[in-house]
Amino acid sequence: MLSSSITSITVLLIIIFLFREGLGLFGKSPVEHGSYLAVNKANPVKELSADQVKRIFDQEITNWKEVGGNNDSIILFRIDDIENYFTEEQLGDTFQYVPQCVSKLVDSIPGVFAFVLDKYIEKDFQGRVLDIDGISAKDFFAGKEWFPTAHPAAVFGTLPIILGTIWVSLFAILLALPLGLAAAVYMAEIASDRVRRILKPLIELLAGIPSVVYGFFGLIVIVPEIQKLFDLPVGETALAGSIVLGIMALPTIITVSEDAIRTTPRAMKEASLALGATRWQTIVRVIIPYSISGITAGAILGVGRAIGETMAVLMVTGNAAVIPHSILEPVRTIPATIAAELGEVEQGGLHYQSLFMLGCILFFLTLIINLTVEYISSKRKLGKSH
Amino acid sequence: MKVSPDIARIKRLKQSIAFAVFRLTSYLIVAVLFVILAFIIVRGASAISWEFLTAMPAEGMTQGGIYPAIIGTLLLVLGSMLFAFPIGVLSGIYINEYTKDGVLKRFIKLMTNNLAGIPSIVFGLFGMSLFVNTLDFGDSILAGSLTLGLLALPVVIRTTEESLKAVDNNFRHGSYALGATKLQTIRRVVLPISLPNILTGLILSIGRVSGETAPILFTVAVYSISHLPHSIYDQVMALPYHLYVITTSGTNIEESRPMAYGTALVLIVIVLLVNLLANAFRRYFGNKVKMN
Repeated sequence: MLSSSITSITVLLIIIFLFREGLGLFGKSPVEHGSYLAVNKANPVKELSADQVKRIFDQEITNWKEVGGNNDSIILFRIDDIENYFTEEQLGDTFQYVPQCVSKLVDSIPGVFAFVLDKYIEKDFQGRVLDIDGISAKDFFAGKEWFPTAHPAAVFGTLPIILGTIWVSLFAILLALPLGLAAAVYMAEIASDRVRRILKPLIELLAGIPSVVYGFFGLIVIVPEIQKLFDLPVGETALAGSIVLGIMALPTIITVSEDAIRTTPRAMKEASLALGATRWQTIVRVIIPYSISGITAGAILGVGRAIGETMAVLMVTGNAAVIPHSILEPVRTIPATIAAELGEVEQGGLHYQSLFMLGCILFFLTLIINLTVEYISSKRKLGKSH
Repeated sequence: MKVSPDIARIKRLKQSIAFAVFRLTSYLIVAVLFVILAFIIVRGASAISWEFLTAMPAEGMTQGGIYPAIIGTLLLVLGSMLFAFPIGVLSGIYINEYTKDGVLKRFIKLMTNNLAGIPSIVFGLFGMSLFVNTLDFGDSILAGSLTLGLLALPVVIRTTEESLKAVDNNFRHGSYALGATKLQTIRRVVLPISLPNILTGLILSIGRVSGETAPILFTVAVYSISHLPHSIYDQVMALPYHLYVITTSGTNIEESRPMAYGTALVLIVIVLLVNLLANAFRRYFGNKVKMN
């Protein structure tokens, strides 16, 4: 009894743990832990979004009025800059006067925007610590920029990654579905038993090749070919990912569709043939319409495989976190992002949490896909028993 | 009723063209498989030597062998199967022999299917969160094996269930008629008949587990380690992770290419062996059961 519920328990545990690690992200300040952003007391700007902070530090925004303040140009100050303003003597030989210096500096420059550690901010600090908007679900799901390691405020917009995942996977299925369906029809209806007995294990073998080997093959063979063919600066593109994923999704599509095609009742096929239809007409007009829901299930399952695939995609798509405009640009998918970044993050930090949140998105995407397939096939079974 | 010969001919022509296209497509897919296999076998064969299989890596992964990665993968396969096989088989038996058709059975099956559909990287995240951090196993063989075991679980459960379902009910009824209890029937009659198929499932899940990279990224795998593991709390190198690292982020990618081809070949050979073994098993025992 216990052993049979282990799968349910595991699924439940996966949900609990992903959310436990990931949910802490929301509402937190995106500013690096233990640091503050401070401005002059007279500055009317009360709060900024993480995106604005990033653009200020990238010097895309250079005047306070662009973020609703006075017409003052923004003077960035990082703690390393302090020696430009004060002599070593003023800072003290063990830097014991640094907090006072920071305070004095922020007080004296109206346009200052200072990024300092909390230990330099004392009670009588003459500036004002700025509120930075906490990370909201909207920022996370609709944000167009993914800069998880940006200083001083990280930006976690997952839209380019989510779109990249869907983009690569859909295109992969677009490539694989016609090929897979043709092979399924061939194996189920056209090929002789002998040919089928040879083909079937080969297709299974295709499913057995590890994804990292597909990635390796893609990187060494497909990527350079694409680069040459389209004359691109880099061959690591969404197209390369789609081709590799398409090949990997083929066995799923073929197996599920073939099974569906095989369930067509013999009487139906024979009736069609008896009416004078050719085998081809029977396939197109009778067998495929009859098994279309099973074929759909196969295609959806294929999408599910493609969305969740990690290593092959990580190795061939170039991993640029920008919203893709064509399949000849590098993209980055959810699994690839997790795999590439989780190894280097501080455990429990914002970046760590954001990657677990991505894991949640991935989990629910595939859960929806699985449940859809389940629903389709349960309806098929009901329909057949009548 | 008379059909015009023209229409009949056009119909047949259409059919021949369509069938030819479908046949070609199928062969194309098989050709892709052979291209991938041939590419890796041809390029990898020159890298394979006794030293490659039994030596430690040297000179920043450009010389030496992949011995620790092979050992690591073997340990992970062993560990994950020790966990997944007993639980999976018990679970399969319970589902097929003890659960009545109904809501419960459908729910269990639904969950098993869902578990099978969860991407491997999510298993990696989960394994890191539960085994590495919460249970504090650290990056270790134990954490990696458990993560891989969970991944293999649905495969084992489903093959067990299928092979039990294939056992003819007459065997069960015959056994009951002789006065055997349900447990006796399962142990003495049902399991022996379905064992070959269950073992086929085991072999297939070994194939799956040995090639997985994403679940071990954050639970056990390490780029380079100078000694073989001493306990289940040690980290290990593993073949798929090794291939990934030396192709994408090693210190000298170009020079370690031959090592990469060799590693890919070893992985491919494992997959081929597993598939051949599974097929042979199925055929050999399949005939035997029918003969009885």
